[in-house]
Amino acid sequence: MIQSFGWQSVQFLFHGLVWTVGLSLCTFVGGGIFGLVFAVSRALGPKWLRTLVAAYIQLVQATPLLIVVFLAYYGLSFLGFYFPPLAAAAISLTIYATAFLADIWRGCIEAIPRTQWEAADALALGRVQRLRYVILPQAFQIALGPTVGFMVQIVKNTSVTALIGFVELTRAGQLLNNMTFQPFHVFLTVAAMYFVVCYPLSWWSEKLKERKHAGTAH
Amino acid sequence: MPALRIENLKKSYGTVPVLKGINLAVENGDVVAVIGRSGSGKSTMLRCINGLEPFQEGTIEVVGHKVDQSRANLRELRKEVGMVFQSYNLFPHLSVAENITLAPRVVKGLPLEEGSALVREVLTRVGLAEKAHAYPDELSGGQQQRVAIARSLAMKPKVMLFDEVTSALDPELTGEVLKTIAQLAEAGMTMVLVTHEMGFARRVATRTVFMHQGTVWEEGKSEEIFTNPKTPELKNFIAPDLK
Repeated sequence: MIQSFGWQSVQFLFHGLVWTVGLSLCTFVGGGIFGLVFAVSRALGPKWLRTLVAAYIQLVQATPLLIVVFLAYYGLSFLGFYFPPLAAAAISLTIYATAFLADIWRGCIEAIPRTQWEAADALALGRVQRLRYVILPQAFQIALGPTVGFMVQIVKNTSVTALIGFVELTRAGQLLNNMTFQPFHVFLTVAAMYFVVCYPLSWWSEKLKERKHAGTAH
Repeated sequence: MPALRIENLKKSYGTVPVLKGINLAVENGDVVAVIGRSGSGKSTMLRCINGLEPFQEGTIEVVGHKVDQSRANLRELRKEVGMVFQSYNLFPHLSVAENITLAPRVVKGLPLEEGSALVREVLTRVGLAEKAHAYPDELSGGQQQRVAIARSLAMKPKVMLFDEVTSALDPELTGEVLKTIAQLAEAGMTMVLVTHEMGFARRVATRTVFMHQGTVWEEGKSEEIFTNPKTPELKNFIAPDLK
């Protein structure tokens, strides 16, 4: 059945975009929670834990995201854990985002000068209090820009889940192209939709980084 | 019981010895100035007193707490021993008032409604009562250092340690900080100050300790140390001030 590119097609793509955004948000929340735990473990944990987290980060960063996605979808189902595409996509993207966010945030924690840790120590703050009241609030300010910047990567990288049949924006574009045979119309619209989501994030990220430079020196 | 007693304190970084057996006793109400060249180990010694630096040998006892590497123990000690740093180390994301009340609130459980009275009290002592709502980066270096002193005072310490607290300041700003410290001394605070301000050590400190090559080379009443140095090393060190 051949149809031509029209308003209906845009609606179809928009539906895919909603899934892209939804998957991005899931990834960001999941990756954010694990990423924070991993970042703190990597920066402050006992040596064995630091090594373990460092190994995880290295391993994931050195593996193409597509392979992680295939492992979660085909690999795990082979072992008897069948996840539907949405779940497999969310799990693999979370694994990926956790590694990168943990690495970014560890850098931000370690960027807080030693003297701030000492000042907190000298005031008898406990380890958790030191982190909660002194280190993390300052690390958070530095982390905002790069974190928002990484959200752009997440949004774009959700496209690889098209290859396990999860109908997000890219997959929707493929399907539509098969129906219309108008690849320029279809994929330019897809690209424009990615742009509409990603550009404001990029812009915001730059704004946040600028603010940091103009902001407080210590 | 002395407020602070250090016995045979030894510390090295790897194979490089920094402290080679320090002995020192500080009585309640003493104001002890620690002077000496860079690298003589004076800051390291000071940082051992509240456990910021680990050491290999010897014992340190401050207001009844033994310094060891158990963190619970160190926290008890640090509740009673204040420290002021060369680079102020205020928390840049917190206002002056929040800097002051953070530790009393979370460490000692100070009720929220008593916070502002505490802030007023300690800021008045350092002459900055009107700055409670400022942020550290809005203050001059001298003001920041006075806030750091106020922050330390807010914990009601029994002993205060000062680590070259005027070294990072422009000359015209050191005066206000030294004046604040002198007032604390007059009020009877027990203090150990590592300092390069010879005139101040002589005037304000009851005792002066001269450190050289990781040991206490010479110590005594400040007046005595400055007018009548016994070792050639100390004579050499303070000579420019005597001219």
